[in-house]
Amino acid sequence: MIKIEQVSKKYKGSESYSVSNIGLLIHEKEIFGLLGPNGAGKTTLISMLCALIKPTSGTFSIDGLTYQKNKNQLKQHIGIVPQEYALYPSLTAFENLKYFGSMYGLKGKELDTKINQTLEHLGLLHFAHKKIDAFSGGMKRRVNLIASILHTPKVLFLDEPTVGVDVQSKNVIIEFLQELNKNGTTIIYTSHHLNEAEKFCTRVAIIDHGKIIIKGHPKDLIKNNDGAHNLEDVFINLTGKALRDHA
Amino acid sequence: MHKLMASTYKEFLLLTRDIGGIAILFIMPLVLIITITLIQDSTFKTVTDYKIPILIVNNDNGHVSKTILEGLEKSNTFEINLKEAENTARDLVFKGKYQLAIIIPENLSSGLDKKVSQNVDGIIEKFGLEETSDNFQQEIIESKEVKLYFDPATQLTFKNSVKNGIDKMVAKIETESIYKAFQEQLTDDPSEVIFDTESFITFNEILPQKDNEEYIPNSVQHNVPAWTLFAIFFIIVPLSINIVKEKSQGTFVRLRTNPVSYAIVLGGKTLVYLIVCLIQFILMLMVGLYVFPAIGLPTLDISGRLPLLFVVAVFAGLAAIGLGLLLGTIAKTQEQSAPFGATFVVILAALGGVWVPVFVMPKIMQALSQISPMNWGLNAFYDVFLRNGSLLDILPEISLLLLFFLATTLIAIVYNEKKNAV
Repeated sequence: MIKIEQVSKKYKGSESYSVSNIGLLIHEKEIFGLLGPNGAGKTTLISMLCALIKPTSGTFSIDGLTYQKNKNQLKQHIGIVPQEYALYPSLTAFENLKYFGSMYGLKGKELDTKINQTLEHLGLLHFAHKKIDAFSGGMKRRVNLIASILHTPKVLFLDEPTVGVDVQSKNVIIEFLQELNKNGTTIIYTSHHLNEAEKFCTRVAIIDHGKIIIKGHPKDLIKNNDGAHNLEDVFINLTGKALRDHA
Repeated sequence: MHKLMASTYKEFLLLTRDIGGIAILFIMPLVLIITITLIQDSTFKTVTDYKIPILIVNNDNGHVSKTILEGLEKSNTFEINLKEAENTARDLVFKGKYQLAIIIPENLSSGLDKKVSQNVDGIIEKFGLEETSDNFQQEIIESKEVKLYFDPATQLTFKNSVKNGIDKMVAKIETESIYKAFQEQLTDDPSEVIFDTESFITFNEILPQKDNEEYIPNSVQHNVPAWTLFAIFFIIVPLSINIVKEKSQGTFVRLRTNPVSYAIVLGGKTLVYLIVCLIQFILMLMVGLYVFPAIGLPTLDISGRLPLLFVVAVFAGLAAIGLGLLLGTIAKTQEQSAPFGATFVVILAALGGVWVPVFVMPKIMQALSQISPMNWGLNAFYDVFLRNGSLLDILPEISLLLLFFLATTLIAIVYNEKKNAV
C-alpha cells in the first residue's frame, strides 16, 4: 500500500507549488492512473515517490517503507520506468538489461534467462544483441520497461510509458503490464492517453495545478459527471479547454 | 563487488564502442609527446650541436678582438659572419635575419693595453719600484663598450647565456692583460713565468650515479615524464564528459532509482579510466624506447625503474581521475565540463612546472605549485627518472596524489548525495 500524506513540492525559484498537499492511498495490486494536463504535477509526484526529488513537506511510505529509513530496501522493492529512454545507446538491449539487472543484485544464468524471457515476451528477442541507437521509439520503450521489472518489483511506477509509440507497441506494453499486475505488482502510471487509462486503470486521480481534483474508478467518474461519455469528457469538464503551455 | 564489476564492464563496453574516442585517448598523447620532445630536443641542440649564425663588426682588429673571435669560434656554438658597418648588422638582426650581432669598438685592444699599463704603472709607483714623475699628466682613457644587438624575438634564456659568455670572455681578457703588463714591468725576459695565469677556481658538475656509473639525463628523460603526466591528466576531459552524458541521456536518473551507491558507479569509471591511463603510460614509454631512437632522439632510459614508474603512473592517474569525477559530478553540460577541464589541466601543468621550472616562478606561484597534483606527480617522476630515487623517496608525493584522489572523489560523492537527497 502506498500512503501519501500532505505531500507538497515547491521548486527553487518558483512562486507556486507544483504539488500541493496531496493525500492519497493506493492499495496493493491496483493499477492507479495519475492523469492531468501538462504541468499539472503528475511527474513531480511520481518523481518524489521514486526518490528522484525531495518533497518540500509531507510524508509517504510504500508498503510501510520510507526512503529516510529503508532507502535501499525500498529501491529494491520498486521499479521505475522513466519518461525518457534511460538506456545506453551504444550498448545492445541485452547489455543494457544485464547492467541494470546487475544493479538490483541479479546475476548469472538467472539474470540471462530472465532477460531473454522478457525480451521474447515483448517481441524483442531477435533484437537482443542490436544496439539501442538502432531501435525504433516503440522498441526503446519496451526495453526501457524491461530494465525496470527484471527484479520483479512489488510496485511499478511508469511515467508516460506509451508516449510516442505505435498502436502495436502500445498494446504489447499494456498487455504486459496487465500480466504483471495479475502476478501481484501494483502499478502507478501517468498518461495523456485517457482512453488507455479508462480501459487499463482500476482507479485514476485527475491532478491539476498540483492538486487532486477527483479520484475514483473510471466508470464511476464518468457516471457521476453530467454529460460525460468517457474519461476524456470528465477530464475536459474538470480541467477546462485552455491550453496548458508552460516553460 | 558484483555491482562494481558490472559497472566496470559497462564502462569498458561504452569506451570500446567509441572507436574515435579511443583513438583520441591513445593517439593524441603520443602525438603530443613526440611533437614536444622533438621541439625541446631541437632547442637543446640549438645551443650544442647546431651553429647559430651571428654577425660580428670588428672595428678593433687588435689582439682583444682576435681573442673574442677565437673564443666564439672555440665555443662551437656560433657561425661567425663578419660585417663592415654597424647599421647593416643592426638592421639584419632587428629584421630577424640573424639572432645576434656583436659590435667590437674601435681601438679596444690599444685602449685596454693603455688602461692596464696606466693602472700597473700606478701600482708599481705606489710600491716605490719606479720613480714618480710629478709633472706627468695621465692620459684619460675612456671605457670601451661592446655592443650586442639581439633579434627582438630571441628568448631571454639565450640572451642571458650569450651575455654571460661575452662577459666572462671580456673579464678573462682584462685579467690576462693585467698579468701581461705586470710581467713586462717586472722582468725583461718574456720567457720568465712570474704568474700562473690558469684559473685557480674551477668547477666540475657531479652527476648522480647509477650502478657506479654517472647518469647523464637527456632531453627525453626530462620531457617524457612531464608530458606523460600532462597527457594522463587530460583524462579528466573524457571522464567528465562521460558523467555529464549519463545525466543528459537519462541513465543517471535510472541509476539513482536503483539500489546502487554513487560510489559504486564512480568505482566502475575509476577502474576503467585507470586502465586507460596505464595503457597511455605504457604507450608513451614504448614511444620513448622504440620511436624516439628511430627519429633521431635519445632513447628513454627506464632500466631498473619500471616498477617505480608504474607506481607513480597509478597514483598520478588516480589523482587525475578524482578530478574528472568531481568535475563530471558538478558540471551540468558538456559545454561546461570540456572547456573547463582542458583549461584547468593546462593551468595545473603550468603550476606544476611542466613548462617553466617551479624554482624560477614568482613566490606566490611557487606556493600555489605546492598544491598542484601535477607538481607532486612531476616531482615523483623526476625522482625516479632523474634522481635515481627509491619508493621511500616518492612516498610523500604518491601519498599526496592518493589523498587528492580520495578527497576529490569524496567531495563528488557528498555533493551528489546532498544534491539528490530525498
